[in-house]
Amino acid sequence: MTPSTLQSILHFLETWWVELVSGVVIVAVVPLVAGYVVLVERKLMADMQARLGPMRVGPHGLLQPIADAVKLLIKEDIIPNDADKLIFWLAPVISMTAALTSMGAIAFGPSFQVARDINIGILFVLGVSSLGFLGIILGGWASNSHYSIIGALRSTAQLVSYETAGGLAIISGLLLSGTLSISGIVEAQEKQGVWFIFLAPVAAFIYLVASIAETNRAPFDLPEAESELVAGYMTEYSGFRWALYFLGEYANMIVVGSVATTLFLGGWLRPFPNWKGSGLIREDIVDVGWNLVPAICVGLIGVYCIYRAGKQPAKVQSGFMWAVALACFAVAVIYAIPALVFALKVGGFAGTISAKVLPGLTGAFWFLLKVAGYIYVFMWLRFTLPRYRFDQLMHLGWYILIPLAIVNVFAVGIAMLLESHGWNRWLALIPTVLATLAFAILLVRWHDRRTESASTASLAPDSYAG
Amino acid sequence: MLDSILFYFFAGIAVISAALMVTRRNAIHSAVFLITTLLATAGIFLQLRAEFLFIAQIILYVGGIMVLFIFVIMLVRLDVALHHIRFRMKNLVVTIVIAVLGAEAGAIIYYARKLPGQGLFIQNMAPAENLAPNSEKLAQSLFSNYLLPFEIASVLLLVAMVGSVVMAKNKKGTEDS
Repeated sequence: MTPSTLQSILHFLETWWVELVSGVVIVAVVPLVAGYVVLVERKLMADMQARLGPMRVGPHGLLQPIADAVKLLIKEDIIPNDADKLIFWLAPVISMTAALTSMGAIAFGPSFQVARDINIGILFVLGVSSLGFLGIILGGWASNSHYSIIGALRSTAQLVSYETAGGLAIISGLLLSGTLSISGIVEAQEKQGVWFIFLAPVAAFIYLVASIAETNRAPFDLPEAESELVAGYMTEYSGFRWALYFLGEYANMIVVGSVATTLFLGGWLRPFPNWKGSGLIREDIVDVGWNLVPAICVGLIGVYCIYRAGKQPAKVQSGFMWAVALACFAVAVIYAIPALVFALKVGGFAGTISAKVLPGLTGAFWFLLKVAGYIYVFMWLRFTLPRYRFDQLMHLGWYILIPLAIVNVFAVGIAMLLESHGWNRWLALIPTVLATLAFAILLVRWHDRRTESASTASLAPDSYAG
Repeated sequence: MLDSILFYFFAGIAVISAALMVTRRNAIHSAVFLITTLLATAGIFLQLRAEFLFIAQIILYVGGIMVLFIFVIMLVRLDVALHHIRFRMKNLVVTIVIAVLGAEAGAIIYYARKLPGQGLFIQNMAPAENLAPNSEKLAQSLFSNYLLPFEIASVLLLVAMVGSVVMAKNKKGTEDS
């Protein structure tokens, strides 16, 4: 290795160390977060079904994800005899890698982004995360089992249908922002003073439906429909490989949540970022107040943990609850110190550092809060709606969502054209949105009439339950 | 320096997996190696600062076309089908293809030597920092200078799509799916 090579590598490390560290953080933290998303999902399901959910490991099952991870790691790793060994080994790795790589371009805060300033940010996220499906198809094929291959085929068909609708919904958002760069999209929303979900509500809804279908979650979880296909493409997988698939799936949920947050929910912007206060409430007071909100929120969670600690049945559990509370307080302090330093206008080293850190910290808080809200909607829908039948899924995708998304792209374009001719923005947007909604109603009615006549003609099997 | 390391890394992966793709017996293995070839080529595009081409390669070829390839390979028993289409003058065709490709490569190298700086190898590349973002550039040239060819190509694609739907439809035209 020549000195110049070494020097250029050192130079590379020097300029890019923040990005490299962010990358390592993403790879290290996302599996843990995914594990806890599973716990939250089980707890939510339990709550909606009036039971307790996991309660045994740690207080309220707080250590359940770690126990699950250990169990999966030490489980026997089975490869079926007739499976294609190489592909069987490769497929879950593809799924996981694609999901984690696509997170590289997501801006978790104004400065917390691995691939900063790439000009094609949102395309990168979409393109790379869609590679995860190669893992599903190859895994289904390599298992050499009927259930697996049917699951994989269903999954491909579903991906191809719903990616079109989701892509068109994203195009509506991109029309409004005028850039493909992730931070550029958020800055456009800040400059225009409105989240794009209010400008393009139809597009946001289409993206919500399409992203549920793309992540293979209920009510569109046909690729792994338990009552029909055992576990779909994952039937033959066990132990750690299964865990990789699972992690990839949950990481993908975080990715689609982040895309929706960036594009439609204002990314890392706090609520009302452009309200500068009026009258008695001056601008600096508003800023200080918003900066303290994350610290107060996390602190309140800590207080609640202490309140619950007294009600734990065992001493270990209340001790653990105290530990959780202390962790919350530590995070709250991390948030509070820069905010207070900023509020009291402390100069010197502390002032410059906190001015640098504060936007990133609060931005990450709001971003993750919005992503969590989006994932909550996913879970809520999962426990509320029954599973679609496969032909119903295809009809919804091709006959309703894709035409609606195309019309919506035109509607947003027309509204923007009118706006550039000097119309008021809301005057231009409201009629086009209403026209799109009217078209949606028409589509549903046409579709209902067609399926009605088809079913009376051929007496299709009517197993509507999942 | 880093650029050339990255180039040789991606180029090496592309060449090796292309060779593996041709030599594998199993069609799915071939498809997997074709995917790695395409990804490595995308990496070379990125190393050349053609970020739009990079992501278009990934979305269209790896995410779209290869998924359909694998779909077809899984549905059709290719190992059975291959026995039927083994054609006779295989060696002759292969020799001709190799000769043509070799002549092409030789011509490229010969003419590039003859015209230093204005041949096929560009001697002085613009530094990467000075390049304009190329998705904007691409959009500008597609939608201003080359608008008519672009529209004609999209109409052609639409015709192909409608045609394939018509061909795939049930002949009686009664089945609704």
